[in-house]
Amino acid sequence: MSIAHEFDYVKARTIKEALQLLAQPGAVPLAGGTDLVAWLRDGAVSPACLVDIKALRELRGLRVQKGQLWIGANTTFAEIIESPLVQKHAPLLMEAAGMVASVGIRNRATIGGNICSAVPCCDSGPPLLVYDASVHVATARGVRKIPMKKWFLGPRHTALAKGGLVAGFSLPIGKHAGAFAKLKRYRGEDLAQASVAVRVAAGGEWRVAYGSVAPRPLRGPKVERLLKGVKSPDDALLTKAAALAESEIAPITDIRSSAIYRRLMVGVMVKRAIQMAAARLGGQGAAYGVHVLEEAGS
Amino acid sequence: MKHITFQLNGSARSVWVGPNETLLDVLRGKLGIKTPKEGCGRGDCGACTVLLDGKAVRSCLILAVEVEGQSVTTLEGVGQKGPTALQKAFIENNVFQCGFCAPGVILAASALLAENPKPSEAEVREALAGNLCRCTGYEPIVKTVLAVAKKTARQSTSRRVRS
Repeated sequence: MSIAHEFDYVKARTIKEALQLLAQPGAVPLAGGTDLVAWLRDGAVSPACLVDIKALRELRGLRVQKGQLWIGANTTFAEIIESPLVQKHAPLLMEAAGMVASVGIRNRATIGGNICSAVPCCDSGPPLLVYDASVHVATARGVRKIPMKKWFLGPRHTALAKGGLVAGFSLPIGKHAGAFAKLKRYRGEDLAQASVAVRVAAGGEWRVAYGSVAPRPLRGPKVERLLKGVKSPDDALLTKAAALAESEIAPITDIRSSAIYRRLMVGVMVKRAIQMAAARLGGQGAAYGVHVLEEAGS
Repeated sequence: MKHITFQLNGSARSVWVGPNETLLDVLRGKLGIKTPKEGCGRGDCGACTVLLDGKAVRSCLILAVEVEGQSVTTLEGVGQKGPTALQKAFIENNVFQCGFCAPGVILAASALLAENPKPSEAEVREALAGNLCRCTGYEPIVKTVLAVAKKTARQSTSRRVRS
């Protein structure tokens, strides 16, 4: 038996049923399971009951409504990559989704699960942060919207209260360009050693976020202030941006990388992601979905 | 224990499973399906790959209870009418050595070709990036998948021309 711990399993048919089940002690939601089942195998978690939420209609779907892109929590990374709506309104998220693990994981892993696992290296964190997304949490008392900026509290720790269920995400839409850079130990599947998401709108409104270089994915306000109003940053500004980026992260040394390597590479990555985003805003630059670190700055 | 029914390689199968049994455990331990292998047991190596409703997934990270009502295909189901063109080409080119990764690689490549009959080399490499092989260095695998795709495309074009 590969999972020693014993637990119950219930497939919820409605949100109401899911919320009632999740209110019980030791109940946790199960979506794609690519993190949860691995943690169960490791003995890292020991729930009393898994509530399978994959059949919930309310957690599915990709659509534009009221000037926002709605992404249901149960949307898989494979679905995000293939969605014309994501490609049009949130291309940076598509670029990041293409970097998540491998096809076999992306066919199963959901964006809701990725955000709830809340590991510091999660690939959807930085893009959702720069898109100023809101997390829609279903509770027994109705839906609560939590801004992404307030979502991540620490490693595997989020603002989700017991009994709540992430239903999906809303992203304000508007003309912009972006780039996602992910540093890995090798080509192919790997967790991020560091990641950088950059989004720029016409008029030079820049947003920057980092992954895997702090206890949680975080925004980069210093770099954002530096670039404010600038359309295409020159080399001097890029060098300043790199130095500021290195100063607003808190990387650690672990099995994937040393802290100093992470810090220095974030400087390089911020430069290249900014260059790529600026080029894309001007109608140039590589199509979304490339490995930005291999394309930009070369 | 829960009683589940699902399609396994085209036939309905019913089996009693505990909620904590993975699909891989049940396929290998209870249903006699031995081609999915347990490599890393955490979704990294791809040796346990099966197709769930046609999509390549990791059977080590799926609980058996989750596949109730769904369709699971393993390598046993792919070769039911004799080896496919891809399998034949893998044999002709002596692509595998130890063979531990082979079931997962064949399923992942088959799913790719079903979805995208004319993949680029980059697309083949991406589709197989999650299937680790410690013998071959991947080159013969990638080359053979591309050659089969090219041959299949040529055959379907010539069939269209003839008809």
